[in-house]
Order: sequence, then C-alpha cells, then structure tokens
Amino acid sequence: MDALLKLLKKNARESDATLAKELNTTTEDIRARIATYEQEGVIRAFQAILNEDRLDTTDVRAVIELRIRPEREGGFDRVASRISKFPQVESMFLMSGAYDLLLFVKGGSLQELANFVSGRLAPLDGVLSTATHFMLKTYKDQGVLMESEPHDDRLQVCP
Amino acid sequence: MTTVSKSARDFIAPHVRGLPKSGIRDFFDIVAGRKDVLSLGIGEPDFKTPWHIREKAIASLERGATRYTSNLGTPELRQALAAYMRQSFHAEYDWKSEILVTVGVSEAFDIAIRAILSPGDEVLYHEPCFVAYAPLIRMAHGVPVAVETFRKDEFRLTVEELEKKVTPKTRVLMINFPNNPTGATLDKKDTESLADFVIRHDLILISDEVYSELTYEGGRHSMASIPRLRDRLIFLNGFSKAWSMTGFRLGYVCAPAPLTDAMMKIHQYCMMCASSTSQIAGLEALQNGEADIAEMRESYNLRRNFIVSSLNGMGLDCFMPRGAFYVFPSIQSTGLTSQEFALRLLNECNVACVPGTAFGTCGAGFLRCAYATGMDQLKEAMDRLSAFIKSL
Ligand SMILES: Cc1ncc(COP(=O)(O)O)c(C=O)c1O
Repeated sequence: MDALLKLLKKNARESDATLAKELNTTTEDIRARIATYEQEGVIRAFQAILNEDRLDTTDVRAVIELRIRPEREGGFDRVASRISKFPQVESMFLMSGAYDLLLFVKGGSLQELANFVSGRLAPLDGVLSTATHFMLKTYKDQGVLMESEPHDDRLQVCP
Repeated sequence: MTTVSKSARDFIAPHVRGLPKSGIRDFFDIVAGRKDVLSLGIGEPDFKTPWHIREKAIASLERGATRYTSNLGTPELRQALAAYMRQSFHAEYDWKSEILVTVGVSEAFDIAIRAILSPGDEVLYHEPCFVAYAPLIRMAHGVPVAVETFRKDEFRLTVEELEKKVTPKTRVLMINFPNNPTGATLDKKDTESLADFVIRHDLILISDEVYSELTYEGGRHSMASIPRLRDRLIFLNGFSKAWSMTGFRLGYVCAPAPLTDAMMKIHQYCMMCASSTSQIAGLEALQNGEADIAEMRESYNLRRNFIVSSLNGMGLDCFMPRGAFYVFPSIQSTGLTSQEFALRLLNECNVACVPGTAFGTCGAGFLRCAYATGMDQLKEAMDRLSAFIKSL
C-alpha cells in the first residue's frame, strides 16, 4: 500500500503539510494524490472511529449472517446490492463458508432492529435464512483499541 | 590515641569517586517532576513491545518457566541468534561457543571490556557517543581516549582522526554505528577502512550495533560482515531498540570462542544468566518479529523525514541521518551554547532536548533530539521550537 494511504488510514485528519514532510514531498503533491485516489474510488470516505459504547445513545448493533440464493446471472451481487442500500446496514461482506453475507447493522432500539430483520430482510426474494447476533461491547474496531494502553510511561530523559 | 572513623563517603573507591555523573542524568534531574514537558530526550522507542512477544512472556510465567538458564543463555535463543547473525550479517558464529546472552548491551560492553583490558590499556572510542563507554572503560582500569567526529563528515569516524590518537598502548577500538546521539552510519568504504586500521595496529574491535535494525536508505553496514575481522571482533547487539524491549534487559555478544569464554567467566559470576522470561520473549522476537521491525522502521522513517525537514526549515542545520532514531541539529547559528539552548528551551517552551555536550565535549553546539515519540508530540515540539528560535 502507498505510504500516503497508510498514513491516512492511521489519521485521516493529518494536515497536508505534515504528510508532505513525512513523505519528503510537497503539499501540492499530497493534495493531487489524494484527489486522484478519490476520483479512482480508492478513498471512499474520511470518518472518525468512535467508541460507541461511550456515547449516550440507545443504539443497538448486531451482526447478521445471511444465506441467499444466487441468481442465474449476476450471482449474489444483485441481492447483495439491494440489501446493502438499507441505511441500517453499516458494513457488509460476501463470505465463504456456512453463510453468504455478513452484515453489520445498527438500529435505534432492539425492537427496530428486530423489525428490520423480520420485516425487511427475511422476506426479501432470494433470502434463505438469517441469524442475528447482538453486540454487547466493543474492544477493538478497525484496528483501534477502545481502551488504550497507558500512554507514555517512559522516563522523561534517558540515554 | 584518637581514631577518626571513616564516613560512608570514605569507603568509596577512588576510581569510582572520580567518575562523573552522566550528563543525561543531570538533565533528567532538571526535567524530572515537571508537568507537560514534551520530551525529545528519550533514548528508547515509544512503541509498546509487540503484543505477541509480551504474550509469549506471560505464557511462560503461567507455565512457571522461571529458573536459571545456562550461563550462556538458552540453547534455543543462541541457535536463533546464530541464524539471525547468518541471515542479517552473513556472519557465522557457533551457538555453543561463540554467542553469549547478556543483560542488555550495557552488560555486554562491560564484560567485553573487562575481559580484555589490563590496567593502563588505552581504548579508542569516538565522541559524541553513548554515555556508558568511558566510565565502563575506567571501571576496567583502562584509559578511554576520545576521538572526535565532525558534522562535515556527518559524524562518521575517520581513520585520519584515529591515527592522531593511536599509541603503542592502544589495545581496543570501540565503535557504535548507527550512532547514538548523532544518527550517523557507516558506508561500506568506512567499515573497510576501519577494519584496515584495526588490523594495521593489531587492535581488537568492539562494535556496538544495537541500532542495526533501525537504518534507512542503505545505512546498514556491519563490522560483523567483514571476514578478516572475525578473530578480533567483539560484536554487541540487543533487543532494546529493534523490538522496543528496553525493560526486558536483553542483549548478546558474538566473539571468537576464547574471548566468549573469557567474557562468560565474568558473566557467570556477576550475572549468572539473563532473565529467563526475557530470553523467552527474545526468542519469540527473533522467530516471529520481522514484521514488527519493518513496521516500526517505517514509522521512524516518516518521523525522521518530518523532523529533519522541520529543523532545517527553521534554520537549524541538520543532516539526514540514516540510522537510529536521533537527529543532531547544530544550534550554533543561535549563538547559544548547547546547555543554554537546552535549558532555555525547557524553561520557556517546555520542550526537553539533551545538550550535545552530554555525549562528549565535541557535541558542543549541537542538540540531541530523539524522534522516537508520537507524531502529535513531534509536531507540537517542532512548533514550540520554531517559536523559540524566532523569539531569540
Ligand atoms: C549506543 C547504545 N548502546 C547501548 C545501549 C544500551 O542498550 P541495552 O538496553 O541493550 O543495555 C544504548 C541505550 O540507549 C545505546 O544507545
């Protein structure tokens, strides 16, 4: 992976000037490269990673394992694409193994998610079965620990 | 007859009494206890020890693997070290007789120098350098002879300077590249000419290569890769910097069997063996830790680029070092001494950098900045430094 992408993955808010210094280049070059990645669809968005457990919300999150029937033309893609458009679906992957799609979903309440599964997902043409697991606590998300280890416990000056 | 009993101080051996306290220590005392100090004065990695290494150590404690090991170190670790030496430096060392596991490079240097020095022997070492060498040479009743290195040479050690200081009493050349505090490295032609010098004067070479894994742009040329030095090389290395394992206190020394045996005699009486937990952790680092080094190196590399560009941008001359995690900018353009600069920077901006003079008199006019610290702190430190320079 391009070093620029790695840095942005780590901290998308890093200034162009700092990125330029780290990568021994100019801010213009950094801006141009980011613009190109956006145009090419490599960079899809810049988002913050939150510890949602610390937010004062009643949101409920779950993973759903979905088995679907592949279609003669298009395989899983058409059904998958329809499912992915529901705003409740935060992430979604085609999987190998016992089920086909893995969904990460979020809803305002347990009831809302239950309705979503029984009322919207399960009845969809091509959906064979669903298995819903509610999330209880987040330890790590997208490579980020939710509880950091103590920050810097080194001596202030040492040889 | 009146007897005047001795005070505690009187019991201290004269050569210990005469030892100066380390300049780092002085500076530490000034910084200690202050709040909100941004420190570029820390000579150790900021990364946590990689988790798989810590996990191995924890598992070994759960198993109860807490016994003395062989004095030389566990066979598994020594075998892994022999493989590492072969792979990294094309150097062949027999794990049974030529590799000794130590409590850090610190102990390795101590037993090396004690094993070879007779009272009055002279040891050539280059300054600016790590603070432990000269005192440990004195403790071994040797005579430390400093050889200067210069900004114009990007702090490489030159044979020209060595020739000025070598005498019939010189027994040892002690070198450290990649270098703390300058970040200097050696090229192939440098290692070759140093090897020639050592052989020409029939010396023994001690090479502290504790930063060997932290090199950028081909800055890695080891003395261990020079076959004609093999019989007169004591090679020191450790886990502190490569795997961010400073507190594990684990190092090793590779040397011809008779020398290893001599060092082993001292080690077995004063240390017995390195910590068994640390040796298990070290083995894990060697076996499964290549990716850790690559990742940390890449991160240091970005910070190095950032800090060198920032320092030069504010008018502090600084060459692009190719090793370790230090930069050594000149502050001569400010008209302040290293000590004044460091103190004022601390007092006025709460940024700690170590004055170059802590590493030898020829460090005057320079500052050691360690960039083994998070980008956020580095950025803030550079902003404060820049404001400080403008205020002068
Ligand atoms: C050049 C050099 N040698 C040796 C050491 C000590 O290493 P260890 O932790 O292996 O004793 C250091 C630590 O700062 C160092 O910079």
